[in-house]
Amino acid sequence: MIRPRYERPTLIRHVAGMMNKYARVGALKPLSHVDGVPVARLVEQFGSPLFVFSERTIVQRQHELKDALALRFPRSQLAWSYKTNYLDAVCRVFHREGSWAEVVSELEFDKARRLGVPGEQILFNGPFKPESALDKAFSAGARVHLDHFDEILRAERVAERRGLHPKVTMRVNLAVPGTPAWSRFGFNLENGQALDAAKRLRAGGRLELAGLHCHIGTFVQDVDSYRQEAKKLALLANQLQRELGVRVDTIDLGGGLASRNTLHAQYLPGDQVTPSLAQYVEAIAEGLEALDAGAAPPTIVLESGRALIDEAGFLVTTVHATKRLPDGRRALVLDAGVNALVTANWYKHDVVPAQDFAGMPEPTVMYGPLCMNIDVLRDQLLFPPVAPGDRLVFKNVGAYNVTQWMQFIVERPAVVLVSRSGEPAVIRRRESLDTLVSQEELPPWLR
Amino acid sequence: MNVERLRELAISDTGFVFDPYSGFTFSVNETGRFMLQALKAGHAAEAVAAQLAEAFDLTPSDDPSRDVHEFILMLREQQLLPHDDDREG
Amino acid sequence: MRSSPTVAVTGLNATDNPGPGVAVLRALRAAPDFHGRLVGLAYDSLDPGIYHQPLGLSAAYLIPYPSQGLEAMRERLFEIHRQTPFDVLIPTLDSELPSMIALEPELAAKGVHLYLPTREQFDLRSKARLAELGARAGLDVPETRVLSDVRELYDVHKDVPYPFMVKGVFYGAVKVNAVDEAVHAWHQTVAKWGLPVIVQQHYSGEEYDIVAVGDGRGGLIGAVPMKKMLLTDKGKGWAGVAVKDPTLIEMTERFMAASHWRGPCEVEVLRTHEGRSLLLEVNPRFPAWTFLSAGAGQNLPWAVARLALGDAVAPMRDFKAGTMFVRISLDQVTSIDRFEQIASTGAITFEKEKDPP
Repeated sequence: MIRPRYERPTLIRHVAGMMNKYARVGALKPLSHVDGVPVARLVEQFGSPLFVFSERTIVQRQHELKDALALRFPRSQLAWSYKTNYLDAVCRVFHREGSWAEVVSELEFDKARRLGVPGEQILFNGPFKPESALDKAFSAGARVHLDHFDEILRAERVAERRGLHPKVTMRVNLAVPGTPAWSRFGFNLENGQALDAAKRLRAGGRLELAGLHCHIGTFVQDVDSYRQEAKKLALLANQLQRELGVRVDTIDLGGGLASRNTLHAQYLPGDQVTPSLAQYVEAIAEGLEALDAGAAPPTIVLESGRALIDEAGFLVTTVHATKRLPDGRRALVLDAGVNALVTANWYKHDVVPAQDFAGMPEPTVMYGPLCMNIDVLRDQLLFPPVAPGDRLVFKNVGAYNVTQWMQFIVERPAVVLVSRSGEPAVIRRRESLDTLVSQEELPPWLR
Repeated sequence: MNVERLRELAISDTGFVFDPYSGFTFSVNETGRFMLQALKAGHAAEAVAAQLAEAFDLTPSDDPSRDVHEFILMLREQQLLPHDDDREG
Repeated sequence: MRSSPTVAVTGLNATDNPGPGVAVLRALRAAPDFHGRLVGLAYDSLDPGIYHQPLGLSAAYLIPYPSQGLEAMRERLFEIHRQTPFDVLIPTLDSELPSMIALEPELAAKGVHLYLPTREQFDLRSKARLAELGARAGLDVPETRVLSDVRELYDVHKDVPYPFMVKGVFYGAVKVNAVDEAVHAWHQTVAKWGLPVIVQQHYSGEEYDIVAVGDGRGGLIGAVPMKKMLLTDKGKGWAGVAVKDPTLIEMTERFMAASHWRGPCEVEVLRTHEGRSLLLEVNPRFPAWTFLSAGAGQNLPWAVARLALGDAVAPMRDFKAGTMFVRISLDQVTSIDRFEQIASTGAITFEKEKDPP
């Protein structure tokens, strides 16, 4: 006799406005493999929770953006945003495919150099560059993006000491209607600060202004914002040429391109809202049409991080327990929490079971393992019944998690990269008690 | 267990449940429907769990006994079982 | 011309804030040369259109919310198409448009035809880009700001003086007189529709709405302007009358010429007391009062179904001004079996019980 498969029982009261059995179930398909490698095998081999990256997806996304740029611009360059994900292996994949490094601290600069990135292929950005950092950058031939007047002075001092006349890029902030002001970095365009800075650089005679850089925001879903940004930068470049005789060889439009994630304050999911990489590039190209036809066209640089890596990252987690809350919701206790998945604070992360499932989806809240009220990975979603030991996969977690994660209460999980031929390898080991205490000291009187 | 209210429920083959007392309607899955019928017939929790193990194909992680107790909790939540009821038995 | 296509229509939520589906279905049913079948696509088991027998629906199905993602929508539509093949799909809710536009090629491959704007046209009429649209079409528009940060709300009155409207990207508009009201409206809007939020100058005047269909090449197929005569407390028209004013048609034609809009839309115009005609917004779908167009002599839903099927539809300009609609609430009595069927299976077929025509 064939017996029906057992499912955990559900009893769902029909509530007005919630009477749609297709509200979730159709979308939910198990993700049992990452690039052909069974999730179950990954957990068996490397433990749970586990971050898994797909090299194939990283390469493919990067090519998509590179191709879109190459189609529109005679000269273009990607610079991998280190802070988005600076694991050596991930950076190496980007560099192998031709990306430069975009770093925002001395630590990141050193990490890029250690990985063998030539100085000339490093863009050094950010508001905090001590003299030691500027010294390294100029000596290595990196392109420094100047952020404020104090930095111009500091950079001039360093360059003079070294007897160098380095090319520099000026970071500009500008108003794009519809996106929140991003005015804390760089020199403001609208109030004339950027032009003043350009004049100041010329008067200083030590640093050669050769590039413009702007970054309009983060998770920008409206390509029109890039059109406006590009146009304003183009007009500034024209003005610099016309009024100061400064010719920029680089226009860097920063990053901020959205991934397929869905922000908490977003109604339609990312797959319907987020523009394609080609659409972003198209808008940038339209904006840059405002550039005066002159000598050699500048190199167009993008420092996109999230849009290239988010889809390549997965977080595999295991159901530790299930419980029923007094309000009727099902609660899951997972072995990964906000300590590992920082971006749960920003997104309604797409999460699916890693194995076949059955049963009616019901309102579910997903908690992590921390004994902290804030440890919530999804506060409300319709999810089918699962049991302890079942695996879940959070999708689109490649950006910012393995840099912003923290060691808190539990150790940070391992990270695995699945090669293009489908071979998994550890790229960061799971932490241990030794990792935790390796930086600690007991002072003599407490020994 | 006082199953008076359960006896009044209209339970269809599709898993649609209508409570004529409250006017509430519910959906239950196959196992939920099985449990409702068994509890309605007056079987105790452990007996229902044993019947489930008979009737369904279980995997090692399934635990009908845990699920029956949770289901009774859900029925209490929906006031289909009295809150001050004796332990199932 | 195919006279007996099967047409599926979404938005059966004919509640006090009605979706347009029932109106579109009624218009199709009322077209003398339509002899096809109608399928209703609903988001909730209690959508009143499911229970409206005079529509003569062949079947009704639940579909996933657009917020569930493209994949869910695709699968469900294909599944429904397997059970009840349909030739035309008319989505009627703003939030459906991005997914329907994305799915159009795949649906076409299955023989399901839509008559929709392109994504570029759709984006151009987004509330956030009203100023650009106005400039392109040569139409006067109210001062509008698109905000993504609540802090901007404290300064926006320098550009857009109080009172102004706080609008969500998809739906919803609240008039506010001061910053505390604006902040309150902001949070309510963001909670429901997310970012960005649109702030638009408020003018007093008379509002006119035009239901229209564009041919996708800059031409106007047909349009019927309407003045609301009675509003609900939610500001929804409960009665209205078709009006003649040629300016309204002319503005609609300009919008079509500038956008190359393909498909149905609702153009909202404000006639200020000073006599300015402002384009307030363009909704990318039929309005809930669409049935008036059929009554006034332009059956625009039927025109859209025929255009979707590839038929040529000659532009329509005549309609009977003075045609009115007066909405009614009525209680439809049904047995719980029907509710059970749709709630537990997500589908209901009426073929057997269909009333003879």
